[in-house]
Amino acid sequence: MNSSGSGQKAIEAPLMDIRNISLRFGGVVALEGVSFDIAEGEIRAIIGPNGAGKSSMLNVINGFYTPQLGEIWYEGRRRGSIKPHNIARQGIARTFQNIALFEGMSALDNILCGRVTLVRSGFWKQLLWWGPAEREETEHRERVEQIIDFLEIQAIRKTPVGQLPYGLQKRVELGRALAAEPKLLLLDEPMAGMNNEEKEDMCRFVLDVGDELGTTIVLIEHDMGVVMDLADRVVVMDHGELIADGVPQEIMNNQDVIDAYLGVAH
Amino acid sequence: MFYREVGDFKTTYAADSQTFPIAFDRVRYYFVLIVAVLLVPFLIDDYWSNAVFVPLLVWSVAAIGLNILTGYCGQISLGTGGFMAVGAYACYKLSTEFPDLNIVFCILISGAITAAVGMLFGLPSLRIKGFYLAVATLAAQFFLVWLFNKVPWFYNYSASGQITMPERTIFGLAVTGPNVEPWAQYLICLAFVFGLAWAARNLTRGSLGRQWMAIRDMDIAAEIIGVDPLRAKLSAFAVSSFYVGVAGALYFSVYLGAVEVTEAFGINQSFLVLFMIIIGGLGSIFGSLVGAAFMVLLPIVLRNILTRGLNWDTALATHVEFMVVGCLIMFFLIAEPHGLAQLWNIAKQKLRLWPFPH
Ligand SMILES: Nc1ncnc2c1ncn2[C@@H]1O[C@H](COP(=O)(O)OP(=O)(O)OP(=O)(O)O)[C@@H](O)[C@H]1O
Ligand SMILES: [Mg+2]
Repeated sequence: MNSSGSGQKAIEAPLMDIRNISLRFGGVVALEGVSFDIAEGEIRAIIGPNGAGKSSMLNVINGFYTPQLGEIWYEGRRRGSIKPHNIARQGIARTFQNIALFEGMSALDNILCGRVTLVRSGFWKQLLWWGPAEREETEHRERVEQIIDFLEIQAIRKTPVGQLPYGLQKRVELGRALAAEPKLLLLDEPMAGMNNEEKEDMCRFVLDVGDELGTTIVLIEHDMGVVMDLADRVVVMDHGELIADGVPQEIMNNQDVIDAYLGVAH
Repeated sequence: MFYREVGDFKTTYAADSQTFPIAFDRVRYYFVLIVAVLLVPFLIDDYWSNAVFVPLLVWSVAAIGLNILTGYCGQISLGTGGFMAVGAYACYKLSTEFPDLNIVFCILISGAITAAVGMLFGLPSLRIKGFYLAVATLAAQFFLVWLFNKVPWFYNYSASGQITMPERTIFGLAVTGPNVEPWAQYLICLAFVFGLAWAARNLTRGSLGRQWMAIRDMDIAAEIIGVDPLRAKLSAFAVSSFYVGVAGALYFSVYLGAVEVTEAFGINQSFLVLFMIIIGGLGSIFGSLVGAAFMVLLPIVLRNILTRGLNWDTALATHVEFMVVGCLIMFFLIAEPHGLAQLWNIAKQKLRLWPFPH
């Protein structure tokens, strides 16, 4: 299916292997020797108290922060220094903890933006519009309409996103990430600030994305119920360090995790 | 006749992204086009051509150009006058060095040269934003005007320091120079506006336009979804400067015929174009045209009312004109940043529901 595979990819290698990542901002240690892997097709949750370094970890994965130490292996290859927009081209998409939509555009245009890495028509074709560019635009539009149907946001497609309520904005942002047809989808607290009904919808979307598209998902979430339901494996972080890694059942019974959440010093 | 989408269902996505989604708009657009092409050229005289139509069309091109950069891509520029000067001097040098070069190519190449210069001055936008970028482009404005004053090669060592456009023809018909007919001036400008507005519309409705708007709305998020900021910003500078360069070339060659750089392409022109897009509507091609028309027509209308109608003193009328423009700018910046184009859209929305508002 994927013709770009060079044959180098070991069968057993995880989609992404994060090795010994350390990240500092001046004196602040955001991440300290964090290692874990992300297997193809799984939902990998990252949990931890506020300021644990979860968002920083996602920022490292999509190249927005450059760690001082450590390596990231993606699809069996070590990733060198690389700009965020090129990481997007390698099939990594994300949503943000604080919504980062394009406020001046409609929901539809925002989601269409997500397909920027898949656009083939060059400048001159776009300038001419007739023919290839228009056909391609229609293709993208069809894919985006499928996403809009999937996320059940048909009614708001032409609404400027700034006018949408928070829950719908989160959905549009998920739509924009999905539009890129990513291999690896990073979701930073997609359900924060939502009521139960909205959360259930969002859980359903996340599960469906994993099941139907086979997308690998990294999910940061505070709601333990959600994490236990959705995640295949869980990473627990505290003070920039990884304190536990395993299937939800193990994590629930892990003493370090219980301590971290109860705020016991260690 | 009702202004309706009803019964005008879009059955394809291509139809949904067309420029005029409502049939009535399309009809009106063709009407305007027919009037502009088949009627105006036969009625136009020197006054209408020089005072209204040609400046309106030339400034439309400049306004579309600045709107691409500022309205779509969010990069402020105060260098429009300077970039117009690049287009004008490029056109002058090309037409004097290569007398056989067709004027249309000459103008297009002037645009391309301006695009290159614009990209160069766009480089700082990769590091600086907003106010600081505005100051950097202001520096470009002064530098370019200074350069064209200072280096005699640009004005072919003429004693006056002015540049004068020689006569150039298309199909044997003079479009520049002293013998040009008003309708010929008008038609060549109209052809440029039509072609360039169409191209701008295509670029802004497709992927490149969305990349520009993504950079404008949130550059960090744009980068993370895969927009290369370097390419997006520099392409906006290049395309924008191309338009501004073509406008400068037309302004010099077709409209004025002879220019002195400080006067014709000073900082005032930069602000004039900026006002056009603020009043017309940031991020709208249609708004650029409306804004240009507004800024060209307003002084004429005001002057006619105040000096002819009310017998006011000319100087007083000029002051009133400044005040009106100033107030309008403030109004649009505060109340309606999307300008006249947006007011027009709101009116259309209302009309769509009329006469059954619920
Ligand atoms: N750009 C930055 N500059 C300075 N410090 C930063 C920056 N980003 C993160 N930090 C610091 O790194 C630490 C980890 O922050 P991070 O946002 O990754 O935590 P988090 O686990 O996502 O927390 P939350 O649950 O509140 O979202 C915090 O101490 C934070 O102050
Ligand atoms: Mg966070």
